[in-house]
Amino acid sequence: MSSAAVVLGTIVAGVTVLGFLAARWGGANLGDLEQWALGGRSFGTIVSWFLLGGDLYTAYTFIAVPALVYGVGALGFFAVPYATIAYPVALVVLSRFWVLARERGYVTAADFVRDHYAHRPLEIAVALTGAVAAMPYIALQLVGMRAVFGRFSTLGAAHSLPALTVAFVLLAAYTYVSGLRAPALIAFVKDTLIYVAVIAAIVVIPARLGGWAHVFAVSSAALAARPRPSSIYLAPQQYFTYATMAFGSALSLFIYPHSITSVLAARSLQVVRRNAALLPVYSLLLGLLALLGYCGIAAGISAKDTNSVVPLLFARYFPDWFTGVADAAIVVGALVPAAIMSIGASNLFASNVFREFSPQRSPVETRVAKALTLAICAFALLFVFFVPVPYAIDFQLLGGALMLQIFPSFVLGLWTRRLDPNALLAGWACGIATSGAMAYAAGFTSNFPLHVFGVTLTGFIALYALAVNLIVAIGLTLARRVAR
Amino acid sequence: MRRRACYALLVLPFAGTLIPAFYNHAGPPLFGIPFFYWYQLAWIPATAGLLGIVVALTRGDRV
Repeated sequence: MSSAAVVLGTIVAGVTVLGFLAARWGGANLGDLEQWALGGRSFGTIVSWFLLGGDLYTAYTFIAVPALVYGVGALGFFAVPYATIAYPVALVVLSRFWVLARERGYVTAADFVRDHYAHRPLEIAVALTGAVAAMPYIALQLVGMRAVFGRFSTLGAAHSLPALTVAFVLLAAYTYVSGLRAPALIAFVKDTLIYVAVIAAIVVIPARLGGWAHVFAVSSAALAARPRPSSIYLAPQQYFTYATMAFGSALSLFIYPHSITSVLAARSLQVVRRNAALLPVYSLLLGLLALLGYCGIAAGISAKDTNSVVPLLFARYFPDWFTGVADAAIVVGALVPAAIMSIGASNLFASNVFREFSPQRSPVETRVAKALTLAICAFALLFVFFVPVPYAIDFQLLGGALMLQIFPSFVLGLWTRRLDPNALLAGWACGIATSGAMAYAAGFTSNFPLHVFGVTLTGFIALYALAVNLIVAIGLTLARRVAR
Repeated sequence: MRRRACYALLVLPFAGTLIPAFYNHAGPPLFGIPFFYWYQLAWIPATAGLLGIVVALTRGDRV
């Protein structure tokens, strides 16, 4: 057995123990939903910084973004403006939502929708959207773990099923027992591993490859020579695609159930606001990891599965034991968000689908939520084995297209009562239908070529669908007002 | 109310990053990294700084 496998196995076993021990953190009664799902809303600035960093920077950051840069060049770098402008959005939206949530006892975004509009179908629509959009995001975490385990399996990524299943069963077990405290505690380990691995990579790998100028020169030539040529710069017709992907992703990041869950676990408004300014440190890591995609090209790594570029780079340039550390960073980095996503999704089912939201929560609700985390983990596992998508990132981007459809009812609702709930529901339905139809037409990739006035605008499906959604919601609201 | 005007600072990161035509070129490079890449990376600390200013100036305000 290689020393990388020993290090990886030891770290994963260690965080599993931590996950179970987290149940004792603070001596809380975990039969209470606020304790199990939100850590008792007690986390200060530092715990929240690690938790949110561990939650928001996922296999998307470590695997999918470098894979996209490796595969398509400059377009893949959209994740950097995305991870930048998400924070101004977060500061404004979350400051408002956090205060309401604390005053009124919300655990989910759908709790707000129910309370604000008193409209049960809209509450269910918003809750189901979040729960469904979380699935492909959890599946993306599994894709990341598979890329690591695949390196150890002589048969390749497709045969890493046993390791993946074991890791996911353990994840489901400690999440069931400890709730949000498990990923919050493990996040300290995860973030430390990630910083160590990425800083080591960015110091060592470009230097070994002859410096950044050389890395970019080789990448430029290699991308141009591909069967489907691309470039280290954007083509002018990609400007719109690039901007819409960054903007649409930024709008959707903080309305995902896992983001809401971690944000509501903060102790005070000041904790949330400070973190909006402190979390971009993680975005620098994301940017450096994106550049590792080019290091992969310059190093001549030929990956059949682009998702394994980062693990292969570590394996080539570091001693075996340190490769194990990097592998552990990726695996633990995928487990933490997967745990929070399954908690967020099961909260939506338990509080908003099976039972409507009320500030008085029952122990039954907690039991339902806990049982559902197991079901959601199982479902995500099936998803990743039966739904093939060429780039893992399309999982997340298509989930984002669905997620963004709750923007009018949730985010606009934070500031206005003027929108009619029936109109919002109709807008949501049209938005979801538009996302589905465009995704289908585009072969389940994330961008759709829209032909308007003789120009072709290829843009992120999420934003096109949001536009349809808003037009319907606002138009019908006005129409109802005129009719009255 | 005047303190809330500082939220307008948060428009800058959007203007700075969402119009690729302004930064989609090679020069001037930094440590061998083309302008396109380091310019966008530089917006991360710049945005964090702007957010820090807004958070400090609007302490205790509700949006």
